[in-house]
Amino acid sequence: MGNYPWFAHRHVFLVQFGVLLQHASMGSILEIRDLRVAYRSRNGDLSRALDGVSFFLGPGEVLGVLGESGSGKSTLALSLLGLLPRDSVVASGAVLFQGRDLLKAEPRELQAIRGKNISLIFQEPSVALHPTMRVGRQVRQILDAHGMGDRDELVRRTREVFETLFAEEAERIARSYPHQLSGGQRQRVLIAQAIACRPSVVIADEPTASLDPTTQKEILDVFRGLRKNLGLTMIFITHNPALLSGFADRVLVFYAGRVAELGPAKRVLTSPKHPYTQALFRSIPPLDEPHDAGERSLPTIPPDPNRSFPPRSGCPFEPRCPERMEICKSRDPGFVSLSESHMVSCFRYENQ
Amino acid sequence: MNTAGRDKGMQPLLEVENLVKTYSRRRLAGSGEGVRALDGVSFSIFRGTTLAIVGESGSGKSTLAFCLACLEKPTSGAIRFEDKDIVTLSEKDLRAIRRQMQLIFQDPASSFNPRWGVGEILIEPLALQGNLGRDEMRTRAHALLEQVGLSSSMEAKLASELSGGQRQRLAIARALMLEPKVLILDEALSALDCSVQAQIANLLVDLQSSCGMTYLFITHDLAMAAHLADEIAVMSKGRIVEHGAPNKILNQPQSVITRELLAAVPRLGFAGTRVAES
Repeated sequence: MGNYPWFAHRHVFLVQFGVLLQHASMGSILEIRDLRVAYRSRNGDLSRALDGVSFFLGPGEVLGVLGESGSGKSTLALSLLGLLPRDSVVASGAVLFQGRDLLKAEPRELQAIRGKNISLIFQEPSVALHPTMRVGRQVRQILDAHGMGDRDELVRRTREVFETLFAEEAERIARSYPHQLSGGQRQRVLIAQAIACRPSVVIADEPTASLDPTTQKEILDVFRGLRKNLGLTMIFITHNPALLSGFADRVLVFYAGRVAELGPAKRVLTSPKHPYTQALFRSIPPLDEPHDAGERSLPTIPPDPNRSFPPRSGCPFEPRCPERMEICKSRDPGFVSLSESHMVSCFRYENQ
Repeated sequence: MNTAGRDKGMQPLLEVENLVKTYSRRRLAGSGEGVRALDGVSFSIFRGTTLAIVGESGSGKSTLAFCLACLEKPTSGAIRFEDKDIVTLSEKDLRAIRRQMQLIFQDPASSFNPRWGVGEILIEPLALQGNLGRDEMRTRAHALLEQVGLSSSMEAKLASELSGGQRQRLAIARALMLEPKVLILDEALSALDCSVQAQIANLLVDLQSSCGMTYLFITHDLAMAAHLADEIAVMSKGRIVEHGAPNKILNQPQSVITRELLAAVPRLGFAGTRVAES
């Protein structure tokens, strides 16, 4: 008792919620409120993975979640499905889906929701599939597990899903084993598994990270198609901002387990406001104008000198920020609304 | 730089001529047909320059890397390193060549023993060669740690305690321990975050200008290839379908394959990319 993690005592800005959730009342599918998750290391120390994350997901919307490794992207995906590992501590927050808080749901309830209402597509298709089972059966099993009908119905639905994703090739692919398929085809089988039960929300965690650009584009086109034809609602997690352009409706930028910036994809991707987002985009070499002979170093984000130290007060990006001010060291930046739907967690914009 | 070398009639450091690698696929009944992973690849790299090899997965890029690093024997063709054909060398002579051409993979995590300290990892390749004393090896390890942007105090850390970017720096440091002339980077940046990719790319550029390192940069990231390389070779189905300066490849692509690759690259409409940080 009394062993609450350090951040559970923190003052919670209710105003932030107000801003973040102002549209939430108009029929959001999924709503995340002030989610704080930490991992307990072997010696009992807690390290924060999510530090007060709030957002909502509207029906038919594609939300791009952008962040570097360790920023909490995958923890977010896992917590939305109640799949957090045992060494994690949920300090506060709620994940509301159809009026239920998934963080408080019983394991059996979660089991029924996973795959059926909310499904997850993992990063590595070669590991996520059973190597000695035909992929058709692997999709059918999911339908079966959620009681989607008798045997004939399962077969019919499986065929339907494969036809959606593979068109004429559907039958051949369904009879194949994972090793007979290419990386892109395997990833499409995972998508088939994820959409088989017609879930309300699909979460994709770096679904194209291991693919080459041509296959990457193919998979993105699959998602675009599904969205158009099935009205798929999606959280697309990635570290590559370029993948989100022309695909996501809104982009949420993560830094150190917090929302640094959230806004319409077009705005965030073409004129980002948070110094972190700006620095991140600058570090990507441009394709259209290759370097001149003399200029070969890319602008990088300087490392955080105090990275391993216990968390401090103030903005988490402050030690690496090219535009830091005195106030950033001591005070937590709240959210500043730049427009009705674009907000940024930075003191720079406070008086504008 | 590359063309300058050519103009002066300099010898290329590495020259590949008509390289073919066939993998045989055995069937249960009868003899199997072969898969041509490399189907007559030729190019040359001059000292201190970077050649990028781009292409889809399955185009033969990694087979090429393996052949150059003497980990696979090509079916036919020649690989001339400093004018010596290494395809025909004996296993004993190959050892001396291998240390001069070091290979760096996409995921260094799987190439380190997670229970080993950073110091041990660095010293191992040298200890295997057995020419230097322990103190000398440690001194070199310290110097290299600093050179790749890790501090020498990291020596005691375990490989498993490092971040992805730190591990890739360590992989580069380990490769440099043997003082190679060529680094073959097989998707060495692909698994890293964008901001970390930029740091490692800068490290590669620095090493090239300070030690005249030569790179074969294998990637499917066309933008990074254009940023780092003096020349780009586009591969498809075991052949080089287009070869030229980055500017040319990006702005006037000749082959269909290159055009397709370019069209598939996701673009960020961010205009501030070239703004220099003061």
